[in-house]
Amino acid sequence: MQLFWAFVIGGAICVVGQLLMDLTNYKVTPAHILVGFVTAGAVISAFGLYQPLVDLAGAGATVPLSGFGHLLAQGAINGVKQNGLLGAFGGGISAAAVGITAAVVFGYLSALAFRPKG
Amino acid sequence: MPLEKQKQQYNDMVNRIKPKPPVLRNVFWAFITGGLISLIGQLILSFYRSQGLNINDAGAATSATLVFLAAFLTGLGIYDEITRRAGAGSIVPITGFANSMVAPAMEYRAEGLVFGVGARLFTVAGPVLVFGMVAAWVAGILYYFFR
Repeated sequence: MQLFWAFVIGGAICVVGQLLMDLTNYKVTPAHILVGFVTAGAVISAFGLYQPLVDLAGAGATVPLSGFGHLLAQGAINGVKQNGLLGAFGGGISAAAVGITAAVVFGYLSALAFRPKG
Repeated sequence: MPLEKQKQQYNDMVNRIKPKPPVLRNVFWAFITGGLISLIGQLILSFYRSQGLNINDAGAATSATLVFLAAFLTGLGIYDEITRRAGAGSIVPITGFANSMVAPAMEYRAEGLVFGVGARLFTVAGPVLVFGMVAAWVAGILYYFFR
């Protein structure tokens, strides 16, 4: 059942991005989409509304980049719970550290190992 | 004719003439691709959970795995082929984030390891991290003062 909801919710979140790209008159680039989703995910998460989606859809909510925003926001909030004000500075990145380091390391190695086509 | 009005007329004309995206087809492929990538993520997540990782660690390991796959497929030129059809379906997932790092870094490799690969990795990831960190920081600060 979780697989079904992962597919549906993950697909639906991407549809929101597609509609933003196709139906708005501004030139919405992939960069705008990614920035918008991270920010929106963090804001929705701060109001406590993203976690229910994660409970329902698992990776369907965490794989889209709004899940990255959720991870950052919850990290900062949990950081405040544990370390007070300092946690607001360290908590977000700490929670997302594995993903960020993986992206930088694998991205760097991949860019060195491959040549662009054409 | 005032300049403002000319501009307005020009923009109207551009909007009338420029090709309309096939919205329904784009939405369909965005849904299918985004759903499939999430489904694969869920399978990887379940695998790590079955290996005894707790939910946070399993989530982090899943992200790292997906990022690895996306960086590899971008290197082979396959990921950009997928994006041509899937649009937001392969941009919005974390794999699209990895793709947005690798693609420009590969492209500008000739500019060297520092300003080529090193800097271009963050063409899109930089803004994403800036907005994500500021939003998360604000969330933490608000929580500190109001909870």
